[in-house]
Amino acid sequence: MIGYYVRLALKSFRRTPGLTALMACAIACGIAACIVTLTVYHTLSGNPIWWKNGVLYAVTMDSWDPKSPYDPAQPGLAPDQLTYQDATYLFDSDIPRHKALLTLIGGALSGAPGQSIPAIAFTDATTAGFFHMFDVPFEYGGPWSAAADRGPDPVIVLSRNENDELFGGADSVGRSILWNDQRFRIVGVLDHWRPEPKFYSLSGGGTGDFGGTTDAFVPFRWDVTQRHWPAGTFGCWGSSPINTYRELLGSECVWVTLWVELPTAGQRRRFLDFMNAYWAHQRANGRFQRPRNNHLWKVSQWLKMHHVVSDDSRLLLRLAFAFLAVCLINTVGILLAKFLRGAPVSGIRRALGASRRQLFEQHLVEVALLSLGGSSLGVALGALGLQGVHAMYAGSEAGYGAAAHFDVQGILWALALAALSTLVAGVYPAWRIGRVSPAAYLKSQ
Amino acid sequence: MLKMRDIAKIYRTDLIETHALRHFSLEVGTGQFVAVSGPSGSGKTTFLNIAGLLETFDSGTYELDGRDVSRLGDDARSRIRNEKIGFIFQSFNLIPDLDIYDNVDVPLRYRRMKTPERRKRIESALELVGLASRMKHLPSQLSGGQQQRVAIARAIAGDPPLILADEPTGNLDSLMARQVMDLLEKINDMGTTVVLVTHDPELARRAQRNIHIVDGSVLDSPAYQRRAPHPTPQADAAAE
Repeated sequence: MIGYYVRLALKSFRRTPGLTALMACAIACGIAACIVTLTVYHTLSGNPIWWKNGVLYAVTMDSWDPKSPYDPAQPGLAPDQLTYQDATYLFDSDIPRHKALLTLIGGALSGAPGQSIPAIAFTDATTAGFFHMFDVPFEYGGPWSAAADRGPDPVIVLSRNENDELFGGADSVGRSILWNDQRFRIVGVLDHWRPEPKFYSLSGGGTGDFGGTTDAFVPFRWDVTQRHWPAGTFGCWGSSPINTYRELLGSECVWVTLWVELPTAGQRRRFLDFMNAYWAHQRANGRFQRPRNNHLWKVSQWLKMHHVVSDDSRLLLRLAFAFLAVCLINTVGILLAKFLRGAPVSGIRRALGASRRQLFEQHLVEVALLSLGGSSLGVALGALGLQGVHAMYAGSEAGYGAAAHFDVQGILWALALAALSTLVAGVYPAWRIGRVSPAAYLKSQ
Repeated sequence: MLKMRDIAKIYRTDLIETHALRHFSLEVGTGQFVAVSGPSGSGKTTFLNIAGLLETFDSGTYELDGRDVSRLGDDARSRIRNEKIGFIFQSFNLIPDLDIYDNVDVPLRYRRMKTPERRKRIESALELVGLASRMKHLPSQLSGGQQQRVAIARAIAGDPPLILADEPTGNLDSLMARQVMDLLEKINDMGTTVVLVTHDPELARRAQRNIHIVDGSVLDSPAYQRRAPHPTPQADAAAE
């Protein structure tokens, strides 16, 4: 019977092409609006390293002022960065498979062939484990060695964009470059790597959650020996003045992020025990006077804790769904009018032996075909809309442009929406037409 | 074939109740050709709708082809309507955007017949009404008489034992009306029971039995006895 119903539906579309186009367009517009906002929302709220969600952890400990919480709005949360002394002590643990210290520092790169003015470079001071734990791809060379971390050696890893800008995309490994007028040896150049949101440095600030890139990476301990003050956000408490870099290292200021890779539950438990033991020891020595709040954050929890998705995006998503609802309600109205206009024919079919269920199925097939057309058009419009968003926001700090990619998940969302809209838009009119009394129309034909 | 006992049908609105049928009893034997007449509003169409399982009733019992159909669900009623009853309407009620072949095909589709069987029945029904050459025509391309013949073909294609015809000649001129009546008689001669609602005494006279409905009840049953090709049960109608 499905084939028969499809034939009847196509005849029905041919009979009312204007109405059919209107309904398909209404569904398409609603779905397109949802696709655009859902895709952007999904990307903004997505975990860019989801395959390691239960493996990578950001580490926090509450070393803050015993008299007031770090964030009065969320008193249960510890600072999202660590003090230098805590971060480096925990970093020295051999429990994690990989580990990385991270802080943002300012700098300018110069000395490349033909370069006339220095290029400002957002630079992360980190450790070699960073590249391993975050699966960072390299176009040329690779990460520096653990020995370079300990050295520390003046080695540097450039982003692909930076290498394109300074060396025209050529293999620059082994060449020298000046970072803040100090000579560095290039050991690696990244391939395309632009995680969005930039989950690994949410607490460091500087280049934004979206659209920001790190231009260069240098060894963390080299940074410390060179006494570069952090360029990202950092917070301090207490009344002791911090005038020297040495005072910063020994202070209660939080400015270092620590990431650890703990693949097994046993490793996680042991590392937490290690943190707790350290916390107890420090508390006994007069530090950590707030309640114990040692935490390992999964990447997804880390993103949520940092409110990566703005309220604007959520509002936009709600508006898009409201728009889809309006489109669907209009479609329901038009469908109802169309089906009821065809009630006399349905009356004839009932007289000839069609049951209510068969009429319901017949009209539902018509709605499904309409929805298929509307959602196909909607997917195409959505793809166009995403291209528009991409073009409009290209290069903006908000990063919507970069976030607006139409991926497989987007298409799956669209299909799910289409199926849902079929149900929502079609069930009532199709059910309603089955309830029409056939006798009422047979005499009046 | 059709046995109604004490049927009552009341149409209700917020303000009034209209008794369309009251204490309505009627028996029609297999193979009979029965004409039903009566003034406007007497309940003829309500009787036909109930007989055709298009409407339910408030009280009484109804047996069709030996089966009590008084309290069946929609699926069962639809199936019986499809298999046991053929409808012919005054205004033909063909589906305008289906061609003649597809119009006759409609009841067979709902019976889920295989394509070759459907084709055979459609061609044979259209041949019987003399329209085999017009299969691909739309209803709008036919005259009123031809459209009614298509409706007859549609009614008989499924080979139902009962044909219900509601003023089938009401929209036709006398010549075409006669042709339609000839066809109905031919169908009746093949053993199909025919119940015909009509205002036209001429046509009523051609039926084996005449039923008169007044105020929702069977008033009398004058027998014109035009012809008696099939055995006629005695005292079919019980007047109130």
